[in-house]
Amino acid sequence: MPAETDLVARLLDAGVDAVRVNADMLSDLDRAIGDGDHGVNMLRGFSAIAEGREALAALPLASALEAMGTLLVMNVGGASGPLYGSFLLAMGRAAATAGGTAPLGKLLEEGVAAVKKRGRSERGEKTMLDVLVPVQLAWEQACTDGLQLREAIERVKQAAKEGLESTRPLQATKGRASYLRERSIGHLDPGAFSSCLLVNAVCDVFLESTKP
Amino acid sequence: MTDRVSIVIVSHSSDVARGAAAMVRQMVGREVRVAHCGGNADGGLGTDVAAIKHCIEQVYGPKGVAVLVDLGGAETNSEMAIEMLPKEWQANVVVCSAPVVEGAVMAATEAAGGSSLAKVRATAEELFR
Repeated sequence: MPAETDLVARLLDAGVDAVRVNADMLSDLDRAIGDGDHGVNMLRGFSAIAEGREALAALPLASALEAMGTLLVMNVGGASGPLYGSFLLAMGRAAATAGGTAPLGKLLEEGVAAVKKRGRSERGEKTMLDVLVPVQLAWEQACTDGLQLREAIERVKQAAKEGLESTRPLQATKGRASYLRERSIGHLDPGAFSSCLLVNAVCDVFLESTKP
Repeated sequence: MTDRVSIVIVSHSSDVARGAAAMVRQMVGREVRVAHCGGNADGGLGTDVAAIKHCIEQVYGPKGVAVLVDLGGAETNSEMAIEMLPKEWQANVVVCSAPVVEGAVMAATEAAGGSSLAKVRATAEELFR
């Protein structure tokens, strides 16, 4: 594993790149069933994170997660700000309370719980939770099964991909897409898409770190 | 004025927020304190947690604050802004589940009569029932 400060910088860069490269596509997806601003909103949030790169990279992981969460809350401008922000804030707090020794599974569990609470939502409602919940469960299962990091990450990536695809046939009951009722069926959820992108970006950083 | 519930109007559009506040002002004059904000941090359509928090701080009083919002993100961002307020204020600031323009006018009219925050909220929320 790389040093922790290096890890923060690499996670941050991977997240920022994923959002920059895909911002237009996220807005296109959102135009189909929302108000078409998911890409620009995410870009605004992650640009604020990119601007704070030097300061953030110098922080321990727990504080960096909390600081990034706050930047998303304050800059995104749509519901995804508080949702992603709460996710990172809760993960950061979980990391901090355990004095930096909490397992990743605990951080994920707390993060997902915070998104559920903030959005008053559960898996199956065509939201980012349709990716984040299966990702958390896949990681938990991989730990139970005692998998090596590389295999565990492959399972997580697969769970994210399947979770995203699972949103296509769903009818949205949360957020702007719910106004479309049955017309939301047949489209991927933009929030689930950005979650899938970010999960993959994080996974790739960890995969990279397992290389000899 | 501080013995009345205050009103905060949050819209994705600064024009809608400003217009709704003007309508409230016309209905209830200066008896009720009203603050409004709309648009994201870049001035585009959206909502801004910092601006919402600032609005609440501007009009906060012992009787509390009723926040009227338009669409999903405005509600989520308002809840976030409330959580960033001092602990002892938080229970005294509520987001009303009501249409933003009509809700703001109804809430302000109720507030002008000196009603409690719970009553102000209930009056605004009747519009969605």
